[in-house]
Amino acid sequence: MIPPERYESLGELLRDALVQYKSEVALIEANRKHETRRLTYLEVLREADRVARFLEDAGVGADDHVAICMSNQSKWIIAACAAFSRGAVIVPVDYKLSPAEQLAQFAHCTPRCLVTEWPVLMRYDVNALPAPHVLVSEAPEDKNVGRATRYEDAVVGTGPRATFVPRKRSDQATLVYSSGTGGVPKGCMLSHDNYLEQYRTLGLRFPLRTGHRYFSILPTNHAIDFMSGFIGPLCSGATVVHQRSLRPEFINHSMERYGITHMAVVPLLLEAFEERIRDRLEERGGFAEHVFEGLRQANAALTLRAPRPELSRRLLRPVHDAFGGKLELLFCGGAFVDAARAQFFYDLGIPVVIGYGLTEAGTVLTVNDLQPFRADSVGRPLDGVLVQIRNPHPETQVGEVWVKSRTVMLGYRNEPELTAETIVDGWLRTGDLGLLDPSGQLHLRGRSKNMIVTAGGKNVYPEDIESAFAGVPCAELAVVATSYVWPSVALTEEGLIVVVRLDTPGDTESRDALLSAVRVRNGRLPDYKRVSGVLLFGDEFPRTASMKIKRGELAEALRPLSPRAAITPVGA
Amino acid sequence: MANHDAILEKLLKLAAKRFERDTSALGPNDDFFDRLAINSYQAMELLTEIEDEWSIEIPDYEVQDVRTFGALAQLIANRI
Repeated sequence: MIPPERYESLGELLRDALVQYKSEVALIEANRKHETRRLTYLEVLREADRVARFLEDAGVGADDHVAICMSNQSKWIIAACAAFSRGAVIVPVDYKLSPAEQLAQFAHCTPRCLVTEWPVLMRYDVNALPAPHVLVSEAPEDKNVGRATRYEDAVVGTGPRATFVPRKRSDQATLVYSSGTGGVPKGCMLSHDNYLEQYRTLGLRFPLRTGHRYFSILPTNHAIDFMSGFIGPLCSGATVVHQRSLRPEFINHSMERYGITHMAVVPLLLEAFEERIRDRLEERGGFAEHVFEGLRQANAALTLRAPRPELSRRLLRPVHDAFGGKLELLFCGGAFVDAARAQFFYDLGIPVVIGYGLTEAGTVLTVNDLQPFRADSVGRPLDGVLVQIRNPHPETQVGEVWVKSRTVMLGYRNEPELTAETIVDGWLRTGDLGLLDPSGQLHLRGRSKNMIVTAGGKNVYPEDIESAFAGVPCAELAVVATSYVWPSVALTEEGLIVVVRLDTPGDTESRDALLSAVRVRNGRLPDYKRVSGVLLFGDEFPRTASMKIKRGELAEALRPLSPRAAITPVGA
Repeated sequence: MANHDAILEKLLKLAAKRFERDTSALGPNDDFFDRLAINSYQAMELLTEIEDEWSIEIPDYEVQDVRTFGALAQLIANRI
């Protein structure tokens, strides 16, 4: 790991890393069971120089925006190295968003250049894209790419080397979108210092080195993979492995083939891993299950104080082999992790690192203890991170989590008021509720903002879903997050509900008509945006002078109700 | 259309068998996530079975917005 202290920017650090580790393998890319690319650090440096040259010719310089909208692949990383070397601000855009959502982000950041891939570009009329320059990879020969430039053509270009543009630590490095409400993108401006500091603190806890192989499967546009699947490994001489198809069988295949040592997953994938282990045991029958359980308990007892990877691998070889036999750490973030599941993996000898963070504060603020392993909290603050609980409840000690750290963003782009509300005297209000226990561990307990995070790591704002229920027969309707109304709801079980005041409360017919209408509308929503139930509320909703629902007051009014008794579940 | 119908019928059988459901309970306009009560990772597994059955390759991005059995059958029909 190259120490970051003497560097001013990510561009400088990456440039040195690409030279220092020149003969090591930097990137491996597989598509299904075929390896499609393998590049050394030096080859990455050379290709990045060609892309940087293209950017330079396109007029990209200091502070210009370069949007990258691609699935996880080698060209994502190479384009990012190139953009940083030109002093540009990288705007990572989620390739899975709908065209309307992507266009809203492009329009918001007005990139000088958009770097993308054919499956994304083919959804658009390239002439209508709000970017003067477009670089597209993997466009089939027979397709017309319009005014876009083919990536493959750009990287074979000759001509002088690109000019490196230095930046300072305080300069902006990225613009990262965190989900905003009402379809308005909320762009977090993060500085080079934010990233260099996060790289330093994570490196202290989880040092990477040459020989480590990081499997990048969370989207690289997301804060976690950007750090743990790009900056971290590439500045440490490790190898990043990309798999173009994220089906379980190909994920498994790549883990085995490449001997993956580190990877980050969302809770949904952790669940799929656990199911796979249990299915395999079930296939083998009762005796194998008994033996497995015995070995798991033995390993749990032997690793009570600290992980012992070699020993665990010997004891539970078949399980480890199924994950490639080299796995050292599984990072799990993006949403809340079930403690029992994390413990299950730890007892198998695979430590699960549970982190807590938000885009506004870099990658991660707290991580759980591994010595001894604890899965019941989100852990302690990383080096340099201060956590305070503001306005704690006198009995429960639960209050809003505020954090101070060098990793806290510069602010939201073009949103001075929102920035001032969010960052107060250098402290970031997270909108999450929690408490610090006497040993300094942070426990999260619901949210002070009306939103949920799904097991797949998606932030969902109820206000955005209300329009889907417009016109259902009722007097008033609001969508709320259960964790916002009832902070005691476990964050692994949080969901959305519709609160409704009927025109004629108590009338069975109107109630049935409403439920049926809600079910129909619900079925049209993507699964992660669906509501789980309906709560019939008798009073008028509290509203502002401009007739907006006062959500805080509505939540307070609902809080005394028992969620179990008051909510009628609805399927799709 | 006959081809599409035949594909759909085979697809419903395949899905019903894989996730232990009754074929008659599945229809072309059904959302397969709901009907089969599966998550996105299980849907990916179904996709792999489809590819094996018809000896085709469907890139992940093509199924990103597909939710119904009918749309999935159309995708298969386009490939064979």
